Amino acid sequence: MGFAWGPGDILVYETLYKASGASGSGCSFIHEIRKDEDIYSPILRKLFNESHHIFVGLQTIREELPSKSKKPQFVSISKNYRSVIRACMEELHFGSFFKFLFYSLVSILLAIELIWNLCEVLFIDAAPAGSLLLHLLDWVRLHKADVDERAREVLQSESPAEHHDYWDVPGGTQTLTEFDVKWRHWHEEVDRCMQDNSFASNRHLEVICKILLGDEDTLLDHKELLGTWYHFLVTRLLFCHPTVKPTELHYYAQSCMTMFLDSRSVSEPLDNILLAAFEFDIHQVIKECSIALNNWWFVAHLTDLLDHCKLLQSHNLHFGSNLREFLLLEYASGLFTHHSLWQLAVDYFDHCPEFGRVYLELQIERVPLETERKALKVLRICEQRQMSEQVRSICKIMAMRALRNNRLGSALSWSIRAKDAAFATLISERFLQDYCAKGTFSDLDLIDNLGPAMLLSDRLTFLGKYREFHKLYGEKRFREAAKLLLSLMTAKIAPQSFWMTLLTDALPLLEQKEVIFTADQTYELMFCLEELTSSLNITASSTDRPMQEEDVEVTKVELLRLALARNLAQAIVKEGTVET
Amino acid sequence: MFVARSIAADHKDLIHDVSYDFHGRRMATCSSDQSVKVWDKSENGEWHCTASWKTHSGSVWRVTWAHPEFGQVLASCSFDRTAAVWEEIVGESNDKQRGLSHWIKRTTLVDSRTSVTDVKFAPKHMGLMLTTCSADGVVRIYEAPDVMNLSQWSLQHEISCKLSCSCISWNPSSSRAHPPMFAVGSDDSNVTYGGKVQIYEYNENTRKYGKAETLMTVTDAVHDIAFAPNLGRSFHVLAIATKDVRIFKLVPMRKESTSTGPTKFEVQIVAQFDNHNSQVWRVSWNITSTLLASSGDDGCVRLWKANYMDNWKCTGILKGDGSPLTGSSGQPSAMSTVLGSSVQSSQNALNGMSAGRIGKRAPFAPPLRQLTSPKIYQPPAYY
Repeated sequence: MGFAWGPGDILVYETLYKASGASGSGCSFIHEIRKDEDIYSPILRKLFNESHHIFVGLQTIREELPSKSKKPQFVSISKNYRSVIRACMEELHFGSFFKFLFYSLVSILLAIELIWNLCEVLFIDAAPAGSLLLHLLDWVRLHKADVDERAREVLQSESPAEHHDYWDVPGGTQTLTEFDVKWRHWHEEVDRCMQDNSFASNRHLEVICKILLGDEDTLLDHKELLGTWYHFLVTRLLFCHPTVKPTELHYYAQSCMTMFLDSRSVSEPLDNILLAAFEFDIHQVIKECSIALNNWWFVAHLTDLLDHCKLLQSHNLHFGSNLREFLLLEYASGLFTHHSLWQLAVDYFDHCPEFGRVYLELQIERVPLETERKALKVLRICEQRQMSEQVRSICKIMAMRALRNNRLGSALSWSIRAKDAAFATLISERFLQDYCAKGTFSDLDLIDNLGPAMLLSDRLTFLGKYREFHKLYGEKRFREAAKLLLSLMTAKIAPQSFWMTLLTDALPLLEQKEVIFTADQTYELMFCLEELTSSLNITASSTDRPMQEEDVEVTKVELLRLALARNLAQAIVKEGTVET
Repeated sequence: MFVARSIAADHKDLIHDVSYDFHGRRMATCSSDQSVKVWDKSENGEWHCTASWKTHSGSVWRVTWAHPEFGQVLASCSFDRTAAVWEEIVGESNDKQRGLSHWIKRTTLVDSRTSVTDVKFAPKHMGLMLTTCSADGVVRIYEAPDVMNLSQWSLQHEISCKLSCSCISWNPSSSRAHPPMFAVGSDDSNVTYGGKVQIYEYNENTRKYGKAETLMTVTDAVHDIAFAPNLGRSFHVLAIATKDVRIFKLVPMRKESTSTGPTKFEVQIVAQFDNHNSQVWRVSWNITSTLLASSGDDGCVRLWKANYMDNWKCTGILKGDGSPLTGSSGQPSAMSTVLGSSVQSSQNALNGMSAGRIGKRAPFAPPLRQLTSPKIYQPPAYY
């Protein structure tokens, strides 16, 4: 049994047979396994994109402001995240033709929003006693409404909407204690009514009364209407302990859950998460969520937000911000395998101070560079972050690819970008060889516009200058062309192997009716020719060259000598003549 | 969810190695049928075989890709005592249209007198260097000084490990603080003496590779070995496939300024897993060294992950055909989306976690699937 890891978390494995000696049958299979199909889901794309936007915004909140003033900001960010989740749900719920396929996804999103909302109420908003219950009411109502349309109607008739109006929001015009007193009065009233059987005639009214008193048994009788133990909890709190303090919540939560779930049912992971939240055990909430949900989206973003609220440290976790980074790194790494979402991941890595950079370096060099456009995109990201080694590597890969496909111009521009002198030299040589073979240059645009990049390598400089010579010649600026040509040899910019070609290029200039090369220049040309022939002679004697080749060479040299001599004569005469 | 797809490999005999290229868009397979096949991944994610040719006159044990900076280059090694380097040449346009490419042999390395068991390229910052190890215990390091001329390779180092070698792994770290280093595993079956894993390090002064460490606690035959990506850490992490999966941490000890010998290491065993309950044949790291995968004779691939408390745990088990190990019963794939993947882990049951249940639920208590990946806060004692 063997396998191979792919860069994109893809595992491929061979089938079996490592047993020595066994010679198996042919036609074996390879299985390709891929994790995390979900990042390929188009619906979730929106979730990832929008939450990325919110995430980046969150990171840029100024640190210096005291936490107190930042709280409303954090709450609003939390609401933003939640609205993104809801938007996704809506789209799935109403937009999708294959609703049933996404049912489980909707329910997961629902659960996530439920948990997030509760965390927002308890941790981020940190509602104090009094308003706490109202927030919890909203929370339950919001989620109940999503889920069970029918029940809502019934509930609303039983819902304490009228009592809501009766109560002024604590913190408004009355203090908590004032409210508490008022509420107790009212409670006693209702209780008295119950006791003297004033509602005995009407069964319904009696039940309603009992509910208003928060009678557990009656409430439990209507389990199906309540639906969940946390709804039961909030209802009970509403009718029994409306001024409940955050610290008391977990007692009630635990007992409600126990009462609601009879011995038959077992608590679901969701229940455990909510319970942990009621216990204000953030650590546990994150842990349970990580276990229950596999994608890191939820825990990464929630933990990040809680970390910004400075809530993780206060819980005496010695790995405070490391936990946040760990989760963000996991989430972002998962995004990297996607052909376009990887760009979102970059921002996440940027905000992981310890390992973000090295993770990014490792991941980004594995991004397949299918097109030049994509390569440029990747390069821009690397250049912005001064990841010089990755820049060099990517340019080199692209240059190599271009060279293999004989696209010399592209290869040259990539090696210039990589600042790879050796490779630039190599490619320039190829250009020159091509010219010798075909008589023309390819990719003239590129060579013409090299600019200072020309200086990257000697050979490249020569290529650029040589092309300049051809341009000058084409524009009939013969004097300048001649001067340039000569300087290429005398300044030793041109490799000696190319001198023959250059001298041959000089021939048409020498043969012109008008004298172009001055006497001095001609002397220099002759010198170059001599230098060349003498070095060639040394090598020629040792090599076995075919007769024909030698003949051609000899003829060339003869022609050159003749042309040079003639030019010299004409030049001397011209320079000696006094203009009258 | 793990999604599996099968590719008919079409080799006429056992496949011994599969290797992804750097970007994961190409793959090479080699087999006892003496051939190597190269596969390309198309835009829609399907694999097509773009080349298939006979490479050796014996079973081909391993195949590996060079870094794309050097072009499209493969190396293979075989029972026929040779290793070979192959380069893809850009073919005729009609070949391209038919989706075929040609690979030509650039060189054959014939120095070994016994079967060559592994071939690996050194990290790219060292240039184009190839390493082979043979059944007679000799490790050879070759270099191609001119990367444009792949037919010229010179043998730079020949190291005798005294034990028959089965696998090599280079330390990928390019940090200047770490001299080039590789690990060699031996499949010598005599368990009376340990040291089946040896670490060699390059010495700037002697310009040679010297043995820096021998892992004496590894006494069983080693089938595969893999250094983890470095991530800028000062220490090294090495995974070993032997009768079980082992992860070692090598911490370089501070060198005296006068010391010219190889670095001394403190060797710590980080984890040891015998879940395969059989010989483990391959180990491999993901890019960020956060996940280790291992495969064994039990026909399973296991995934191992460390939480950030550095406790390692199994986070997934895959069977031979790519399906997860039993636990996720009767789950229609249509419902499988979810914000996460889910591979049942038998470890869950052992740790007393309630297995996630899938099925009809009242809408307000959505089914949350049981874990896989991040078991962050598990109590540490599980092996």
